[in-house]
Amino acid sequence: MKVLVAVKRVIDAYVTVRVKADQSGVETANVKMSMNPFCEIAVEEAIRMKEAGKATEIVAVSAGPATCQETLRTALAMGADRAILIQTDAELQPLAVAKLLAAVIDKENPGLVLMGKQGIDGEHNQTGQMVAALKNWAQATFASKIEVGAGEATVTREIDGGLETLTIKLPAVVTTDLRLNEPRYASLPNIMQAKRKPLETLAPEALGVDITPRFKILKVTEPLKRQAGKKVANVDELIDKLKNEAKVI
Amino acid sequence: MSALVIAEHNNTALNSATLNTIAAAFKIGSSIDVLVAGHNCRSVAEQLGKTAGIAKVILVDHEAYAHHLAENLATLAARIGKGYSHILAPASFFGKNVMPRIAALLDAVQISDVTAIESADTFVRPIYAGNALATVQTTSSPVMLTVRPTAFDPASAEGGSAVIESAEGSGETGLTRFVGQELTKSERPDLQTARIVISGGRGLANGENFHKYIEPVADKLGAAIGASRAAVDAGFVPNDYQVGQTGKIVAPQLYIAVGISGAIQHLAGMKDSKVIVAINKDAEAPIFQIADYGLVADLFEALPAMEKALA
Ligand SMILES: Cc1cc2nc3c(=O)[nH]c(=O)nc-3n(C[C@H](O)[C@H](O)[C@H](O)COP(=O)(O)OP(=O)(O)OC[C@H]3O[C@@H](n4cnc5c(N)ncnc54)[C@H](O)[C@@H]3O)c2cc1C
Ligand SMILES: Nc1ncnc2c1ncn2[C@@H]1O[C@H](COP(=O)(O)O)[C@@H](O)[C@H]1O
Repeated sequence: MKVLVAVKRVIDAYVTVRVKADQSGVETANVKMSMNPFCEIAVEEAIRMKEAGKATEIVAVSAGPATCQETLRTALAMGADRAILIQTDAELQPLAVAKLLAAVIDKENPGLVLMGKQGIDGEHNQTGQMVAALKNWAQATFASKIEVGAGEATVTREIDGGLETLTIKLPAVVTTDLRLNEPRYASLPNIMQAKRKPLETLAPEALGVDITPRFKILKVTEPLKRQAGKKVANVDELIDKLKNEAKVI
Repeated sequence: MSALVIAEHNNTALNSATLNTIAAAFKIGSSIDVLVAGHNCRSVAEQLGKTAGIAKVILVDHEAYAHHLAENLATLAARIGKGYSHILAPASFFGKNVMPRIAALLDAVQISDVTAIESADTFVRPIYAGNALATVQTTSSPVMLTVRPTAFDPASAEGGSAVIESAEGSGETGLTRFVGQELTKSERPDLQTARIVISGGRGLANGENFHKYIEPVADKLGAAIGASRAAVDAGFVPNDYQVGQTGKIVAPQLYIAVGISGAIQHLAGMKDSKVIVAINKDAEAPIFQIADYGLVADLFEALPAMEKALA
């Protein structure tokens, strides 16, 4: 079974993100970029499937500017077999990305598509569900366990009240949650080797997809900052403040 | 303008996040219908019928919707949703799962996790773990919104008399089979609606300590219990306790963070709480930068003392 993994390049999770003074967005100049953590989990899961003999080939796909090559090389170094970059400098919104991925899926015919549940940048949490809808495939979002069987997969999902288990028909889209696995680090030899793995570049137009933005970000602002309050000396003072000052207990 | 709200429920009771979502729909200034799709779920429709300000409750009662499978529900909602100017659902795991699927079926874009409605086409939403707020405008139609429940006071569940209209289902897609659920059972208040939340982090060291130290204080306060990702990943408590960017968003009157350092991803889930208390033995922990009351102490001494003081 071929597994296609969609990986997004985002500002690293441990960077303190700053809003630009002109409110046009957040500061990205000289900021560390990484693979979206949920996409790392998706790549890791695909590799484990290959190690377990369930997957035969892993194709990593990213949409965005040329710098996404670096993110794809990370996926290759972790263990993906080849990569596809849908290259564009244009702003990409989730529905457009979903259409691009659906077009690549039509070319590649994977048996399973693994994606992150959300990008930690725009926090849309949409693209996987949209790909599944466009393909009229089953979806299992927020997965914490995936077992691939014959023609179907059984997936445990994180939901509001606990866990849910579904059996989905393959091919399908599965989006990853934090507890699915712990992604590996690429070893130095693997990073070197990844440089020689195939990385194909496609243009959105070649896929016949219209990526024109459908919403406009009017401004990006800083949220109101909470002020640090006071330190209390002991539990008695804390309880007294909560009762008599904040009046919340 | 007319809006359709997709109700979240468990076939017997309405999830209160639906009432917050209806309140958000009121701000769009439109006539509001609510879709209740489920199995043996008439009582939910009746409950919603009493909500003030709703024009119509559309009830689709069929086995295909018993477990709210996204494939079946999205096919139905896309059919029923055609012609509405706006479609809304709570930004819960339920809404996050099904709404983008409806959006794609309607070739519409979705604005996720809306915290303010500026006008019928302009919305505010947090991005980058709440480090920034984006004001977004769309001319796409219908406007698909998931709504952050804590950002809107719930609509009144009384005083209305909406008509309940039954509609046909759209059949089974046959793509997905429901196998089972493992729901966390608790006598405590619901994490997302509780007035007081006490959350534990890695500092608790193990699950047993949640029972021994957090629970007695939660009992005294009538509080819900939450946790950091570190505590959930380590298996101290179930996944649905997680508060944060990728867990639950809470905004209680009082939030007590115990043995939690205050990573930005955790703050994203609780920084809109009215009063924040932090208990941490490290005076430099970032959580103190946003806490109204900070207590630098060993939690294994502070919590038993709190339990005693609250007696
Ligand atoms: C993509 C992504 C998504 C994430 N989503 C979330 C999320 O939704 N929610 C979330 O919480 N995190 C999330 N995280 C993780 C987050 O970055 C932190 O790693 C996590 O919140 C840390 O949890 P913690 O504060 O319990 O642990 P730590 O950071 O290890 O802090 C433990 C604290 O306990 C204190 N302590 C230890 N012993 C005691 C004692 N005896 N008495 C008092 N204090 C004590 C220590 O001083 C320390 O401050 C996410 C991370 C990523 C990358
Ligand atoms: N530009 C992109 N390129 C590749 N995959 C993407 C891109 N944007 C989103 N995705 C995938 O969709 C998931 C969810 O992203 P989002 O819907 O933006 O929160 C990500 O974890 C990726 O797997």
